[in-house]
Amino acid sequence: MTMQFNDETFRGDYTFHNSPEAIRRFPFPFDRDSYAYSVNIEQHPGGPAGSPFEFAFDVDEHYVAEMNDRAITLADDPMRCQSLPHMELAGWDLLELIMVSKARDYPELFSLSRDGTSWHWINKPLGIEQRFTFLDATTLPCGPLEYITRQAQGDFALLHEREGNLWLDAGMITSQADWSLDFDVGMNFFEWHAPVPKARKMGVFDKALKFLLAVTQEQSYRRLNWTMTVNPRLDTSPENYHKWGPEKRTITPENVGAKQFLRVELQTFWRLPRSNALAFPIRCYLCSLEDLASQPKWARRLHRVLRDIDPDLAEYKGFAVNQEMIVKYLAQFDDGAETSPGIFPD
Amino acid sequence: MKKLVVKVTEVEALSPLVKRFRFEDPKGAALPVFSGGAHITVEMPEGETIRRNSYSLISDPYDGSAYEIAVRREDMGRGGSRYMHTRVQVGDEITISAPANLFQLDLRARKHILIAGGIGITPFLSQLRQLDMEQKPFELHYAARSRAEAAGLKLLPEAAHIHVHISEEGARMDLGAILDGQPLGTHVYTCGPDGLIKAVADQAARLGWPKTAVHSEAFIAPPPGEPFEVVVRSSGQTITVKADQSLLEALEAAKVEIDYSCRGGACGRCQTHVTACDGRIEHNDHWLSEDERAEQKTIMPCMSRFKGARLELDL
Repeated sequence: MTMQFNDETFRGDYTFHNSPEAIRRFPFPFDRDSYAYSVNIEQHPGGPAGSPFEFAFDVDEHYVAEMNDRAITLADDPMRCQSLPHMELAGWDLLELIMVSKARDYPELFSLSRDGTSWHWINKPLGIEQRFTFLDATTLPCGPLEYITRQAQGDFALLHEREGNLWLDAGMITSQADWSLDFDVGMNFFEWHAPVPKARKMGVFDKALKFLLAVTQEQSYRRLNWTMTVNPRLDTSPENYHKWGPEKRTITPENVGAKQFLRVELQTFWRLPRSNALAFPIRCYLCSLEDLASQPKWARRLHRVLRDIDPDLAEYKGFAVNQEMIVKYLAQFDDGAETSPGIFPD
Repeated sequence: MKKLVVKVTEVEALSPLVKRFRFEDPKGAALPVFSGGAHITVEMPEGETIRRNSYSLISDPYDGSAYEIAVRREDMGRGGSRYMHTRVQVGDEITISAPANLFQLDLRARKHILIAGGIGITPFLSQLRQLDMEQKPFELHYAARSRAEAAGLKLLPEAAHIHVHISEEGARMDLGAILDGQPLGTHVYTCGPDGLIKAVADQAARLGWPKTAVHSEAFIAPPPGEPFEVVVRSSGQTITVKADQSLLEALEAAKVEIDYSCRGGACGRCQTHVTACDGRIEHNDHWLSEDERAEQKTIMPCMSRFKGARLELDL
């Protein structure tokens, strides 16, 4: 079956929507009825057929619309994509990884032919055909990182390893949960995570860094992270806070089900072969509370998680202001029944 | 860690003590490309034990058609290099790890100085190919005792920026002359004996080089030693580490689950908490700090050994 792509927007009139199939495959992040920081790392790719974990880089019904939204964000603010000079090789590594994966996993949508360094790439959904010379940036319309991430859903951070640390030295960041590449570029792992409450003291970052430094090529991993967003907006950046911050105040008991979204990040970790850099793709999935409530297990569980969450985390994730309304809305779906283990719907 | 089964397609003596091995995918598929300075871990099964040694890749990092390593025979070692020299033949299939890199080039550098002593030439053989492809300025200095022992000579191109220092011929390496006057933003990399690594670091410090521009790799195969016993805390099991076995290999043979990567005391992956120590840990790694060594509360099982009455590990 050929994939159908939604005609939808992530700003202005917010026509973003999930089909029933998209709801069923939503990467619901809670495997139990409570939430605490955990490393929750699994090997990637790999998962049930049709799930967003099945392939290296998931392509879904939002692909074309998300790429259009990225183009709008970049036209307004080119600094959302930056690559320090020593990161160009990592950009090529990422380009290869994405092109090879997509052509293998979605042959009806993408194709890649390689003859030595002469490459021929076809992206049917976006109507792109490109012949270029691998590792020669003059043969692409822009740098390799920008070129390929204009054609791949999710944000991408490229981390350079040195001095026993990881440095955020390149990225394409247009669908972020309130952080700024322009501010963080060049920072090390501890510096760019400084705003996360409590975690440093708990030793979470020391362990996470040790894990990441040990990631080797041919062996990649994933974890899920989450936050809450009002309206289906990808660009929740500090740069545009004035546009989306006030929207938090538009939530009412009547519209909370439709306007409040659970925002899930599917984060994956890849050791890149030529540059030895780490790629850190952060793919964003959005689902409204009313769509989540179509799966009774998720509605029950989300109610319990958001009701009992640590107040500091509700603040950090930016939904403390609407927490009461959200919990009240979800309470109607929670009959107190037990929920089954794992993240998948019943 | 991902493992690959490869076929030995060439074995060549580079010098009386050093052999080059070429590995290809048995079905001719492409192997993963890698970065200059990367290594692989080679599995050497012998009876009940699987010995694993890490060797730097010396082939073109962007060429997936084969991997090559160069192995120096260490007759005083645990037997890993002897196994490679005497047992491994063209046509054999062996298991290796995917490449990993603990000695990567810092591509921010304006210029790279590579300094090799003896078999320490190996990581630079892949790095210089990467530097050539990246069109980055570099110099390589290779020191060896004699021309006969200098296995790297057969693998190095002739070029003005590749300098060979043969001490027997009176051409000793002058580190002061090499490091002095280099442009700002130059990085130096050393691989070889500990003494050489220290001499380069000292010279660079005297000349005011930033520490972050001075890199080295000294990982070597684990040394043999006296047999000793170790207790696994969770099970109470006592395991004997034989003379020609590393602690890590003994734990693996006893099916104790333990993480590892480089197996040469450089990556930190197998670091293990010591819950009881009545005796002295012989720290042979390059990972723990002087203070951590003195405390005897942590050990690197891939390299280190023990002398004394009781060693208990938090495993």
